[in-house]
Amino acid sequence: MEIDPFIFRLSIFILSIFIGYYVVWSVTPSLHTPLMSVTNAISSVIIVGAIIAALSGSSGNVFDISSIFGFLAIVLAAINIFGGFLVTQRMLQMYKKKKDKKK
Amino acid sequence: MISADLSAIFYLVSGILFILALRGLSSPDTSRQGNYFGIAGMIIAIIVTFLSIGNFSTSLAYVIIFLIIGGAIGAFIAFRIPMTAMPELVAGFHSLVGLAAVFVAIAAFLNPEAFGLGYIGDIKLASLIEMSIGAAVGAITFSGSIIAFLKLRGIMSGAPITFGGQHFLNLMLGIGIFILIFYLCNSQSSNVFWALIFISFLVGVLLIIPIGGADMPVVISMLNSYSGWAAAGIGFTLENSALIITGALVGSSGAILSYIMCKAMNRSFISVILGGFGADNAAENTKEKQDQKPVKSGNAEDAAFLMKNASSVIIVPGYGMAVAQAQHALREMVDKLKKNDIKVTYAIHPVAGRMPGHMNVLLAEANVPYDEVFELEDINNDFANSDVAFVIGANDVTNPVAKTDPKSPIFGMPVLDVEKCKSVLFVKRSLSPGYAGIDNELFYKDNTLMLFADAKKMTEDIVKNLD
Repeated sequence: MEIDPFIFRLSIFILSIFIGYYVVWSVTPSLHTPLMSVTNAISSVIIVGAIIAALSGSSGNVFDISSIFGFLAIVLAAINIFGGFLVTQRMLQMYKKKKDKKK
Repeated sequence: MISADLSAIFYLVSGILFILALRGLSSPDTSRQGNYFGIAGMIIAIIVTFLSIGNFSTSLAYVIIFLIIGGAIGAFIAFRIPMTAMPELVAGFHSLVGLAAVFVAIAAFLNPEAFGLGYIGDIKLASLIEMSIGAAVGAITFSGSIIAFLKLRGIMSGAPITFGGQHFLNLMLGIGIFILIFYLCNSQSSNVFWALIFISFLVGVLLIIPIGGADMPVVISMLNSYSGWAAAGIGFTLENSALIITGALVGSSGAILSYIMCKAMNRSFISVILGGFGADNAAENTKEKQDQKPVKSGNAEDAAFLMKNASSVIIVPGYGMAVAQAQHALREMVDKLKKNDIKVTYAIHPVAGRMPGHMNVLLAEANVPYDEVFELEDINNDFANSDVAFVIGANDVTNPVAKTDPKSPIFGMPVLDVEKCKSVLFVKRSLSPGYAGIDNELFYKDNTLMLFADAKKMTEDIVKNLD
């Protein structure tokens, strides 16, 4: 008897929720803002779906209606990826400067 | 190009890198490394996607162009945004994730073959359910975040907008979403799909408008959580483990943050969502206190004198500090105090500001060392042994009423024991009550000196008087 692959994905999903639970509780409260900006950046991995959609057009017709939505999603996700990681980096950099200063 | 199995393994790797990215945030020292893990995970995920499709036609060139356009916009925003605008930036970013999820779901619905989900009009049932959930949650995240953004930006009033039958309407629309998903599964009709998305947009708006400004920390965390669930929904549709893992991580992260924020306000999640904090008792309470009790007020000179003669000072920042952009002036003041061998620490309430960790970031921006900044439970006992508490822009989180008056709407909320200090300096523009709409008893205490002024201006004046 075969197990539906959905069950495997569901297992990954549920185990990841548990991992998330324990990992996030260990985040220090002073870094809660960077936590939000970095989770925001990584959730933009949805760009994977956007790329699949964008590349689905035929060579004669790059912009059919479904790939247009893909391209739009790419732009949105890319804003988030670059914006999210860079702003997180900028914030974390501020937590560093002071430490070096003190030494 | 590369097999589905191999790409699945790479997606798993990028999922693990994302876990490490969050793990890094457990301390400021490891946090930057964590961020690099996150970036690496993202790069792997994107490259693997290109390779697994193996379509190197003109489309790919466009993909890269659009990627660069979006990336440039994102980078521009990231470098230009002032730290005080972080809450609205995060809200804005959440809306983009939500909208991207909606677009991907639409693309998958219009062209299921590209995703291996079946054919138009004959999409696999499970995929259809997954993509409708992804689209619905994404749409709610999008419109909800837009409202949160407008409120935080001040374009829309931060006051709660409520009307009769609001909760009933939301309930009906919520049920409507489920009915539409059910109907969609039977009919595969695109009109039903559009209706589903439209109603979800509407729910997002209606869900956030009744929530007021100071409840924003909960709202932002909640939308953070939603954006994760939307990504996970799409992840199930695309059978992509990187997305499923990330969605689950982000979803639980946002949920935990919402929980922490609710707890810090001693309110249930449901009551925040239902909105209109203190809307009923606010008017009543302010009237009750109309018999003006005497208030001692002072100027910058008095404040400087008090602090100069203190041996320890605790600073309590709040949203007012962010509004007045007073963090740099504050840091200057603290530097002067430290030169006089006065011990200075910072006390941060979890819901100070408009998002989790908001005050910490502002202080970090002003170069305040993070080991001088303490959370509520770590510092609350120190107030009794300190000479001066300098409250700048905070209000409700210092109100002793939360401990003494069971009738007060904020009763039971953990507050900073500011009144236990020998003297309290309270920088505020007027005696008006804070967000919760209740009077702060602290104003009338004998050991409180009110400094009526803009936070930044007052701090600058104190700095001058410290010389």
